[in-house]
Amino acid sequence: MSATETLLIDLFSEEIPARMQKGAANDLAKSIADALKGEGLKIGATTVWFAPRHIALRIADIPTSQEDRSEERRGPREGAPEQAVAGFLSANGLASLDDAELRETPKGNFYFAVQHIKGQQTIDLLPGLIEKAIRDFTWPKSMRWGRGSFRWVRPLHRVAALFGSHVVPGQLDLGNGESIVFGRETEGHRFSGNGVIALTDPSSFEDQLRDASVVVNQTERADAILAGARKAAEDVGCTLIEDAGLLSEVTGLVEWPTIVRGQIPDRFMAVPKEVLVLSMKEHQKYFALQQADGSLAPYFITVADGKREAETFARIAGGNERVLAARLSDAEFFWNQDRKDTLNSRVPALSSIVFHAKLGTVGDRIDRMAPLAAWLSSYIKGADRDAARSAARLSKADLTTGMVGEFPELQGVMGAYYAAHDGEDGAVAQAISEHYSPLGPNDDCPSAPLSVAVALADKIDALVGFWRIDEKPTGSKDPFALRRAALGVVRLLVENDIRVPLINAFREAEMLYGGESDISADLLGFMADRMKVTLKDRGLRHDWIAAVFESGSSMDDDLVRVTKRVEALRDFVGTDSGADLLAGYRRAANILRAEAKKAKGGLELGSVDAGLFEEPAEKALHAALAGSKAGEYLAAEDFSGTFGELAKLRAPIDGFFEGVMVNADVAAIRENRLALLSQFLGSVDSVVRLSALEG
Amino acid sequence: MTFQKQKADKATCFQRLVLNLQTYWADQGCVVLQPYDMEVGAGTFHPATTLRSIGDTIWNAAYVQPSRRPTDGRYGANPNRLQHYYQFQVLMKPSPANAQELYLGSLQVLGIDLQKHDVRFVEDDWESPTLGAWGLGWEIWCDGMEVSQFTYFQQVGGIDCNPVPLELTYGLERLIMYVQGVDNVYELDWDGIPTDQGGKCYGDVFLQAEQEFSAYNFEHADTDALFQHFKDAEAMSKHLLSQEPPLSLPAYDQTMKASHLFNLLDARGVISVTERQAYIGRVRTLAKGCAEAWADSPGGRGEQPQPMSVEV
Repeated sequence: MSATETLLIDLFSEEIPARMQKGAANDLAKSIADALKGEGLKIGATTVWFAPRHIALRIADIPTSQEDRSEERRGPREGAPEQAVAGFLSANGLASLDDAELRETPKGNFYFAVQHIKGQQTIDLLPGLIEKAIRDFTWPKSMRWGRGSFRWVRPLHRVAALFGSHVVPGQLDLGNGESIVFGRETEGHRFSGNGVIALTDPSSFEDQLRDASVVVNQTERADAILAGARKAAEDVGCTLIEDAGLLSEVTGLVEWPTIVRGQIPDRFMAVPKEVLVLSMKEHQKYFALQQADGSLAPYFITVADGKREAETFARIAGGNERVLAARLSDAEFFWNQDRKDTLNSRVPALSSIVFHAKLGTVGDRIDRMAPLAAWLSSYIKGADRDAARSAARLSKADLTTGMVGEFPELQGVMGAYYAAHDGEDGAVAQAISEHYSPLGPNDDCPSAPLSVAVALADKIDALVGFWRIDEKPTGSKDPFALRRAALGVVRLLVENDIRVPLINAFREAEMLYGGESDISADLLGFMADRMKVTLKDRGLRHDWIAAVFESGSSMDDDLVRVTKRVEALRDFVGTDSGADLLAGYRRAANILRAEAKKAKGGLELGSVDAGLFEEPAEKALHAALAGSKAGEYLAAEDFSGTFGELAKLRAPIDGFFEGVMVNADVAAIRENRLALLSQFLGSVDSVVRLSALEG
Repeated sequence: MTFQKQKADKATCFQRLVLNLQTYWADQGCVVLQPYDMEVGAGTFHPATTLRSIGDTIWNAAYVQPSRRPTDGRYGANPNRLQHYYQFQVLMKPSPANAQELYLGSLQVLGIDLQKHDVRFVEDDWESPTLGAWGLGWEIWCDGMEVSQFTYFQQVGGIDCNPVPLELTYGLERLIMYVQGVDNVYELDWDGIPTDQGGKCYGDVFLQAEQEFSAYNFEHADTDALFQHFKDAEAMSKHLLSQEPPLSLPAYDQTMKASHLFNLLDARGVISVTERQAYIGRVRTLAKGCAEAWADSPGGRGEQPQPMSVEV
């Protein structure tokens, strides 16, 4: 057992964006661990830390040197020509054959060059691999600074690298003659620390930084913020509105968190709470509080950085209160101004907002969405046709308000407030609020009938429009968020069990654009792709979905029905019958494929001639196919019945392969058997294209 | 909007703090300049920032720049929004290793005790589509308020900055409102002299201008004439760039003019979303041309200009 040591790396830089710190720390850990393993070194427990100015890593139990090893290369046979011997000697740096070993092998006696390589000291390997790890960071965006050519996320100032208590003797070249020499120095808190500190050894890293007012352990910072914020809320009889994303962001903004509670002046509490929360959370990174009855409390919590005197925190709270008040007085102004005009009176102004140069204005868009929502409402239980039309017409009117101009994230939400103020029906207001949803796979999906109608109209109009002008998403480019829109349609339909024939919906939307084109099938295919993504989360495999979509002569455009068929298929493939039928299906498909290949010009099979049957198994399969009611069950939407019918084909197809030689000597008989297999495939395919299944 | 000077204090009045900043940055080796005599949207447009960011000569400068944002006009009715305000701008090339410490030092000369406030560097990527420029850095928060922008320029006019300049921009009104503890910009103490002795506050100096320029920007600016002016400035800039050698500085003046005219047109709401991109692209083309011409000129190369031949 050789000696081991612990490695510590601390990269000290200017403030790294909060959202990038964790990934950077993990990148560093992986990069160093991989490099050590690549050098044949074992590693022990790994710890990573990240804070605004620190990305750090500790790896325990690294051997202090590589093990010695030997490398051997086989050379020429004993008695080989001189030339071969000379080449072998020079290639391996040997003076004569005396330096090589002659060994017996099953193939004869050969010379071997054996090199004993002494393991290197780990501390000599570390400089190179640490420098490489720092260079190999993958940042979303990186920059240069000063005269250097080196790129990092923000200027990097110090690299502390200790192996045990020794400094790793390396450096990072920044270009143009500048470099950072590895050392044991790092820095404490910008305002509450004492400047530069010298790290003594890897085990005391956290403690030394803590003494310099940096809580470098991210979990500890997050826990402290959460506990402190909860307590500060309880102190005023409220509860914290917890928000994991905000907590993680704030944790990345402070090195020594201190909780500061501020107050929101009462007059602002009349402003819609979404405005308050947005101003606090998005703009100021404050936590919001709620009162016992669930309403928003007139307080906020911010996390200050550093150790200060108590009176200083009061000043910091006061400063934050003023900032929030300035933001909210703007919001209050808009709230009061906007309500002077009704949403209805704002509709004409939408005609001067361009939606897309080729698709007209937002005014044009609602002129299409309103009739489309009305059309869709007939498929949605509980959706009133006229209400759907008027909700769609008002859905975008808030884009002309001052509040949405200032806080674009509140589109829809503000519309609902203004609609309620105008005395519009509650369901109409709700539909205005929810019609942009769902915004992704994890966003809440509207379920109120009117909301669903307007949300579908919004998305189908956009999808059809962009498909008509051939602006489809490609690769990572999806500037109009059409994947999200398609996913939205899938979720709205499937989660609410709404049976809309999509091809008809596309046609309806196209008529509102001025006439039909040929986009429907392609757009439906795009929806099918999105559906594979959504249903995967419900445990439905993408190849099952493909097998259903690709069955029959045209794609099923009712996504609710598709989902039920996929679920039935899932149940079927799990049974023995399903597995056996799939095996028989594949065997038949392979035979036909092989024959088609042999036939060069392609296999031309006529219809099955019962007169040519010779074996009982042929007749049995033919009869089973003729008697199958799978199609009828499918039409009646009895999907387990449909698959029950398919299961009945299992015994006949197994019997066929057991009792029938497809490759009969008489060509007509052979072709008839192939035709029968083809008929079998066709009849399965009309229900489910099993060839799409994987594995 | 009515306003009243809350208190008069020579140490924290507007003009004193501006002088403090100038002195501080002069002490750090900056050339202290006066405002550029053209309408611009931000201090960044000043050629002492844009053009001087290009090329490998040392350049350190600091100046106040009046900035005009026609869309932010509120007829003098909003205590926080102005269509004309002051930015204090610092450019240091190459960016010094202690850039953050230098910046924090400047807050102290404004009377912000770093031990008594919560100062933070919060991620902010900066990009100017009209200038073909971008950089990375932070907005600086003091007790939750954004008081400055801190940017390491990476590219200006489509040209990579090498070495990299540091740009600091202070929003003076907002910052000094904070220092003075004033919630209404028009109540900023301008000169430290009490009102009854003839002392002025911000409203005395600027309120009427805010009202009149808001009306001009939103109601009266003749859009047809502005469109024509834009074309004229664009044509003149191209003409100057086509000279041999190109006249990079006058061409850049015309670029700034075109950029501001675009802002005015935008404020009138006569530029649609799609046209908007096209106009930004036209200004960017000019900015790139000026940046390239400057890079190739004596100033851009860090040389003294040679005597120019004059045609009489």
